[in-house]
Amino acid sequence: MAASSKKWVLGAIVFAVLVPLLQPVFPDVVSNYRLFLVSTMIIAAIAVLGLNLLTGFNGQFSLGHGAFYAVGAYTAAILMDKLNVPYWATIPAAAIVCFIVGYLFGLPALKLEGHYLALATFALALAVPQILKYKWLEGLTGGVQGIVLMKPEVPFGLPLSEDQWLYYFCLLVMIVLFWGAANMLNSRSGRAMMAIRDQYLAADTMGIDTALYKTVTFGISAAYTGIAGALSASAIAFVAPDSFGIFLSIKFLIGLVVGGIGSLLGSVLGGIFYVLVDNSAQSLTQFIRNDLGLPFDLSAYTVFGVLLIAIIYLMPMGIAGGLYMAYRKLRGARA
Amino acid sequence: MEQLLQQFASGLANGAIYACVALALVMIYVSTDHINFAQGEMAMFSTYISWQLMSWGMSFWIAFILTVIISFAMGVLIERLILRPLHNAPVLSIIVVFIGLLAIFNSMAGAFWSYLIKEFPSPFPKADFGIAGVIGPHQLGVVLVTLIVLGLLFAFFRYTPLGLAMRAAAQNPQMARLVGVRVDWMLALGWGLAASVGAVAGIMVAHIVYLEPNMMGGILLYAFASALVGGISNPAGAVAGGFIVGILENMVAYAGNQIEKATGVYIIGNGEKLTVALIIVIFVLTVKPAGLFGRVVVRRV
Repeated sequence: MAASSKKWVLGAIVFAVLVPLLQPVFPDVVSNYRLFLVSTMIIAAIAVLGLNLLTGFNGQFSLGHGAFYAVGAYTAAILMDKLNVPYWATIPAAAIVCFIVGYLFGLPALKLEGHYLALATFALALAVPQILKYKWLEGLTGGVQGIVLMKPEVPFGLPLSEDQWLYYFCLLVMIVLFWGAANMLNSRSGRAMMAIRDQYLAADTMGIDTALYKTVTFGISAAYTGIAGALSASAIAFVAPDSFGIFLSIKFLIGLVVGGIGSLLGSVLGGIFYVLVDNSAQSLTQFIRNDLGLPFDLSAYTVFGVLLIAIIYLMPMGIAGGLYMAYRKLRGARA
Repeated sequence: MEQLLQQFASGLANGAIYACVALALVMIYVSTDHINFAQGEMAMFSTYISWQLMSWGMSFWIAFILTVIISFAMGVLIERLILRPLHNAPVLSIIVVFIGLLAIFNSMAGAFWSYLIKEFPSPFPKADFGIAGVIGPHQLGVVLVTLIVLGLLFAFFRYTPLGLAMRAAAQNPQMARLVGVRVDWMLALGWGLAASVGAVAGIMVAHIVYLEPNMMGGILLYAFASALVGGISNPAGAVAGGFIVGILENMVAYAGNQIEKATGVYIIGNGEKLTVALIIVIFVLTVKPAGLFGRVVVRRV
C-alpha cells in the first residue's frame, strides 16, 4: 500500500471514531438512528467484502452469499438464545462455522465454472429460507417465527448509547477484517488467489495448489460474509428465515458490482450504496405517491436492477474503478 | 394406490410446466451459451399481462394468444436492446445483467399490480373431462396445452426454413452466416420464442400456485434442475427432464409422507421442495454435468 493511501485510510478511521462524539454538538446531524444506519452500512461492507474476496479476487461467482450470511446470523442467534453466549463471542464462532460450510460448498464448486457455479449458488440462495424452516431444525431456529434477541449492552459502564456502542463495535470488527484482507491479498497467498483468477492454467502450471486455494478462498469468503451476518443478528436483534431469500444475495451482488469488483475500497462503497438505496426507496415512493399522485410503488429493486445493467455498460469496474480512472486522468493532466 | 396415482398425475402436470420453462432456458443456452436467470420473472410478468388483459374483459384464450405475442416482442426487444451490445462481454457481466433483469421484472410487477396474491382462472371446464379421482381437469388441460406447444415448436424447428436457419445459427454461427443466415436476428427470434414458451408456462401454472410476483422462484429452480437432468444442451432432453423431475418431486414428497405415516418420523415433505431441487442441481452438476441426454463437451487446452 502506498504511503499516501495509508494516510487516507488512517484519516478515515480517525474521522469514523470521532463522529459519534459530535452527537452532543450536532444532535440533529448525528442522531442515534443515523448511527444505526451507518452500522448497517458497515455490516453490508463486510458482507460485500466477503463476496469480493471470492468473485473479485479469485474469479469464482456466487449468487448465493445470502446463504452464508444466514448461517452466520443463525449461528450467532442460536448461541445467544440457547447458550447465553455474549454477542462478541459469537463473531469468531460464526466465522468458524461459516468457514467450514463455505469450504464444504467450495468442494463441489471446484468442478463448476462460470455459469454453472452461478447456477448452483443461485439454487442455494433460493433454497435457504426453506432449509431454515426445516422441521428438525425448528427447535434451534425457531421455524417461521425466527429468534428474538437482545440488543448488545454497553460494557464497562461507558457513557455511550446502545447505538453508539454498536457503531464502535461494528467499526472495530470492520477495521480488523479489512486489515486482514488487505494483508492477505498483499501476500504470497493473495497473489496466488489472483493468479488463479487471471490465468487458471498458468497458475496451475506454476505449482499453485489451485484446488486448495479455491476451496480455502470459498471458506474465507463465507467466513467474512458470515461475520457480517452475525453482526446483523446482534444489531437487529432478530433473525427470521424469510429475510435470507434470493434478494439478499442480489443486494450483495449490487454492492459488489456498484462498488467495484476486485477492490477493497469498492466493498465499502458498495455496502454504503445498497443500504442507502434500500433506505431511500421508501421515501421516494412516498414522494411519488403523495407529491406526484402516481399509484406506483417504487421498489429499491427497480433501482438496483436498472443500476446493475447501467453499471455494466458505463462503469464496468464500479465506483471505485471509476474514481481510480478519474484520479489517474487528473494526475496525467497535471504531469 | 390411488393416492400414488394422484401424485403421479400431479407430478406430470408440474413436469409439463417445468418442461416448458426448461425448454425456454435451453433455447437460449444452446444459441448463446447464457443461462437466463430472469426467465422465471419474465414468465411471471407475462402472466400478469394476461391477467390484466382478462380484467379488461377479454376471454381467456384471446388474452392467452395476445400475451404470447407480447412476450415474443418483449423477448426480442430484450435481446436486441440489452444483450446484443454485450456480445463479447465476460461471463460475470452477462450474469449481472440477468440478475438486474430479474430484479426489474420482479419489482415492476409488484409496483404495477401489488404484491397481493391474486386468483388466476382456469380455462378448462370443471368436471367435464379429466379422470375422476386421479387427475383433475386443470392438470390434464395443462399437460395437453404444453404438449401442443411443444409439438408446434418441434414442427417449427423441424419443418420450416426459418426453424432450420435458427438451428443452423445456434449450431455453427460462422457457417450459417456464410450461407446467408442473419445470425443475430436468429438469436433475437430465439429469445422471443423462449419468452413465449415461458409465458405459456406462467399462464398455465398461475391457477395452481396463484398469481404473485414471486410465484416463479421455485418453478425456475425446478426448471434449472430439469434442464440439467435432461442435459442443458439438448431441447428434447430438457422436456424429458421436466417430466422426470416433476414426477420425482411428487414421488419424494409422497415417500416422505408414507414414511411419516408408517414410522411417525418426519423426514421430508412439501416444505423441502426447493431443497430437493437444490440437491438435484448440485448432484447433476458435479456428478454428470452433461445430464442424461446431453453432449459431453470436450475442450482443448
